[in-house]
Amino acid sequence: MILLDDVTLTYPDGDARVTAVDHVTLEGRAGIVTGITGPSGSGKSSLLAIAATLVRPDSGRVIVDGVDATGLDAARRTTLRRERIGIVFQQPQLLPALSAREQLRVMAELGGRARRERRTAVRGRVDELLDAVGLGALADRRPAQLSGGQRQRVAIARALVHEPRVLLVDEPTSALDSARGAEIMALLSRLTRERETATLLVTHDLVHGEALDETVEVVDGRAVVVTSRTR
Amino acid sequence: MYVAWRDLRFARGRFALIGAVVALITLLVGFLSGLTAGLAAQNVSAVLALPADRLVLHPVGGAAATFADSAIDETTVDAWRAAPGVDRVAPVGITQTRAAGPGASTAVALFGLDAGTSFPGPRRDDEIALSEGAAKNLGAVVGDDVTIAGSSYRVSAIGGDHWYSHTPVATLTASAWAALDRSLGGSGQPTVLAVSGDPAWDAVAADTGTTASPPLASLTALSTFRSEIGSLALMIAMLFGVSALVVGAFFTVWTMQRSADIAVLKALGASSGAVVRDALGQALVVLVAGVGVGIALTAVLGALAGGELPFVLSPLTTLAPAMVMIVLGLLGAAVSLRIVTSSDPLSALGSTR
Repeated sequence: MILLDDVTLTYPDGDARVTAVDHVTLEGRAGIVTGITGPSGSGKSSLLAIAATLVRPDSGRVIVDGVDATGLDAARRTTLRRERIGIVFQQPQLLPALSAREQLRVMAELGGRARRERRTAVRGRVDELLDAVGLGALADRRPAQLSGGQRQRVAIARALVHEPRVLLVDEPTSALDSARGAEIMALLSRLTRERETATLLVTHDLVHGEALDETVEVVDGRAVVVTSRTR
Repeated sequence: MYVAWRDLRFARGRFALIGAVVALITLLVGFLSGLTAGLAAQNVSAVLALPADRLVLHPVGGAAATFADSAIDETTVDAWRAAPGVDRVAPVGITQTRAAGPGASTAVALFGLDAGTSFPGPRRDDEIALSEGAAKNLGAVVGDDVTIAGSSYRVSAIGGDHWYSHTPVATLTASAWAALDRSLGGSGQPTVLAVSGDPAWDAVAADTGTTASPPLASLTALSTFRSEIGSLALMIAMLFGVSALVVGAFFTVWTMQRSADIAVLKALGASSGAVVRDALGQALVVLVAGVGVGIALTAVLGALAGGELPFVLSPLTTLAPAMVMIVLGLLGAAVSLRIVTSSDPLSALGSTR
C-alpha cells in the first residue's frame, strides 16, 4: 500500500510560494485502482510525483509499502523506486534502442551490476508479462515498430516486471483513441487485481472511470471528493 | 552497460563515425610519435650510445653549453680525471664533414674517441669504423678506403645504427680525429667528455667551468634536437587535445540527445552510478575500438614506411600514445557526465505544476 499522510508541497514563484498540494491525505490499497482526477493545474501530477518519491513534500509523510520515504536521501529513494514502485508515464517513454523484451529486462540492471537472483527473477517474468499485456509475439520489436497502444502496454509491463507493491500511472490514455484507451484502462485494472498492487492513476477525465475502484478529486491542491465503487 | 551495448548496436552508424574519427586521430598521433622517435634516433642515437654516466660540455664565451660550441682543453680533461670518484674519462671529438667512399660520398658525423669503450671505434690512426648508415651511404665494406679531407682511412669495422644530427656516424681514434679536425680548421680539442663514476658532479663542474648532465638530459644541448622534437611534440600534444575535444563534443551531444531517456531511467530507479558507468563504459568501448584500429593502421603503415622514413615502431610509439588517447578521450567524455548526473528524473513525469 501507499499512504500520503497530510502532505503539502509548495514551490517558489518569484518572491512568493505557490501551494501545489495542500494537506492531502490519500491511501492506495493493494489490488485497488485509485483514480486521481481534477482539472489541469489542480496538483494531481504533483501528488503523483510525491508518491513516486521524485519530490520531497514540504510537510507530511509518504509511506511506501511500510517504508517512510519522507526522510530518505536521494539514493535511498532511488532504491525504493527501483524495488517497490512501478511508474507508467503519460507518454510510454520507452528507450528507442531496446526491444520490447529488453525494455523489461533493463529493470534488472538499473542498480548497476544486478544481483544474479534479481536478474534471473526479472528475466523469468518478462515473457509472462508481455503475454499478459498481449505482446508476446512482438517481444523483439523496438518502439518505432509498435503502435501507440502497444508502446503503452510495454510501458505497463515494464512498470510491473520487478513486482512493485505500488503502481503509479500518469494519464495513460491521453495519447490514445477511445477504444485503445479503454483497453489500457481495463488492462491496468486487471493487472492491479491480479498482482495486488496499490495503483494510483492520474487522469484528467472520467471517460474510462469504470476502471477506477476509488476516485479522489483534486481541486486547487486539495483532495475534495472521494468516491468508491463496488465491483 | 546493458543500455550502452544496445545503444552501440542501435546507433552503430553514429558510433562507427566517431570510432573512425578516433582511429584517424590515433593514426596521426601514432605516426607522428613513430616519426618523432625515428627522427630523434637519427639525431641523438650516437650521443646516447656514448659510454658515460654524465656528458661534460664546456660552454664557450659564457653562452649556454651546446655540442656545436663546446671545446674541452687538456687542463679540463685532467681536472675531471683527477676528481675523486671518477672511474673513467673518455674525451670525444665530434665534427661533421664529408667523406668519400668507393661507392659515393656523403655527409658524416665524425666521432673521435679511443678504443676500449663500448662505442665501436678503430684501434689505429689510419683506420675508421663506420656505422651501418655511413657504410651504406658510402658503399663501403670492411677493408675499403674512405677519404676525408684528403686523408685516407681503412674501414676496420662496420656496425651500430648510430646517428648524430641526421648524419650517419664514422669513428676515428682520438688522435686521428684531432689531426683531422685541425686540418678542417678546428682546434682539435674534444667536444665532450664521457665521464663514468660517482664524483661530486656539480662541484667538479663548477670548478672546471663545465656542465655535467646525464646523456638523456644533455640532448637539450643539441639545438637541432631541441627545435625538431619540440615542434613534433607540440603537434602530438595538440592532436591529443583535439582528440579529447572531439570525443568530449561527441559524447556531450549524444548525451544531450538522450537526456530524456536518462531521466526516465532515473525515474524508474536507476542509480546515478549505474547511469554514469553506462555512459563511461560506452565511451570506453568506442575509444578502445577506435584507438585499436588506429594503432593497427599505424603499425602496418609504419612497417611499410620504416625502410624509407626514420620511423620507430615500439611500445613507446604505439601503446603509450594509445593509452594517452584513451585516457584523454575518457576525460573528454567525462564532460558529458554532468548532463547525466544533473538529469532530473522528475522531468520524465512532465510538468508537475
